[in-house]
Amino acid sequence: MKTETQFENADANMARRSFLRYAGAGVAAVGLLSAASCSKDKNNPHTTNGLDIGATGDLAILNYAYALEQLEAAFYINVAAHMYSGASSEEIALLTDIRDHEVAHREFFKTALSTNAIKALTPNFSSIDFSDRAKVLAAAKAFEDTGVSAYNGAGYLLKSAEYLLLAGKIVSVEARHASYIRNLISPNSFADSTVIDSNGMDKPQSIAQVLTIANGFLTTKVSATNYGYKAY
Amino acid sequence: MNLLGIIDEIEKVDPDFQDRISPRRAAIKNITSFGSKVAVAALPFALGSLMKKAYGQTATPSVNDVLNYALKLEYLEAAFYNAGVASNITFSATEKSYLVTIQGHENAHVAFLKSVLGSAAVAQNTQGANGTYDFTAGGAFNDVLTNADTFFAVAQAFEDTGVRAYKGQAGFLVGNQTVLTAALDIHSVEARHASAIRQIRRARGASGTKPWVVGANDTGIAAVNNNYAGEDNVLQGGVTITSLNGVNGNISAAAATGAFDEPLTSAQVVALVAPFGVK
Repeated sequence: MKTETQFENADANMARRSFLRYAGAGVAAVGLLSAASCSKDKNNPHTTNGLDIGATGDLAILNYAYALEQLEAAFYINVAAHMYSGASSEEIALLTDIRDHEVAHREFFKTALSTNAIKALTPNFSSIDFSDRAKVLAAAKAFEDTGVSAYNGAGYLLKSAEYLLLAGKIVSVEARHASYIRNLISPNSFADSTVIDSNGMDKPQSIAQVLTIANGFLTTKVSATNYGYKAY
Repeated sequence: MNLLGIIDEIEKVDPDFQDRISPRRAAIKNITSFGSKVAVAALPFALGSLMKKAYGQTATPSVNDVLNYALKLEYLEAAFYNAGVASNITFSATEKSYLVTIQGHENAHVAFLKSVLGSAAVAQNTQGANGTYDFTAGGAFNDVLTNADTFFAVAQAFEDTGVRAYKGQAGFLVGNQTVLTAALDIHSVEARHASAIRQIRRARGASGTKPWVVGANDTGIAAVNNNYAGEDNVLQGGVTITSLNGVNGNISAAAATGAFDEPLTSAQVVALVAPFGVK
């Protein structure tokens, strides 16, 4: 269970205690998961720089959410740690709030999934200039909109009403974030036609669509083989 | 996790708890006595599930029940924004643009839900007095259509409550890909609206109001306390969010409550919108 990654280093003091509490129990379950996914595709190099959300079922969908929350949390940790110049105190405060929300989501999934959780992902934000306000906000908008579309698109795959409710509790917060970020970039773009259809509804995206986007910011490529998407 | 200790604590405030979960209590004791690591690891979610069984809604509405419930709320919201945009309230150009965007969505939601329900759709003229709502809620918001601040306060309550209402119904749509996805797609749009209205209120001077819901009622308006009941919850799926590590120490209560929006049952929402004329 070695998790020394760029992502963990970005917030090294975080989230070890709750994880380690169950780490002993985690080895067997995660090992089984890895073995199962390996046997399906022996050429899948996920053991070195990728992973799969696992067998079809609620745990896979929760891990899918966990992967996205890891990415979002890492992004905003970077934003807050290297705040672009020209940010208002209002912006700094609210972007920091968003960071803390995403960290809460990440830590929630990590703790709740415990031994069933995928490992910590290594992000790759080399395409984002964190000193450039417009680029940071554009990336934030993409992350938030993608997050909303991901939860909306995968909600029906959850069999448990309780997990669905938990996903619902999170997705509306992502939508609140998206609305704020979008209006920061351009007033009244909080729900424009790039994300909302003619029925006034958010456009959902499939796991394959979302992971294609997410993997553009990940060194650890995430696959969902059993949902028809391979990162390789 | 001392599960039996938690149950004992619950029993202190709810003496009927054993009856509510029985015979599940015995099942829990068995789980803990197994000493199974896998079972223990699964407990955070399992405990939440148990709590839902003990305290959750029991009656299961039909899909059409859920859609008509949503339609009633959308009728109210659409009528509210139609009235606001048509009113003599002086809005800034930006505020007006937001309202027109939201107005368009709420009316689109009405049209969409009516088209899905077809002849089963509840008619708007069965709502309010002769189909006319009372946006003052019996006088609680007397200047709602003449004072921008009051209008936005009511708008915020409607949007935040709408988010909670949809969220509370999702569980009844498990397995129904089409309807559940549609409901989720509307749910998140209501959340975008709620955030936008909150941004407006913040810009207008409600400095304690953020785009997300922090703690219980963060609006500064006591009349909507019940619309925010339970939003201060920090226990999610059996995990106490404030006990998790954040960037600097534990995750704060503000971040923990801001990060998770809470649902409302249909009974709660119906009671909240009844003063506006929703039947």
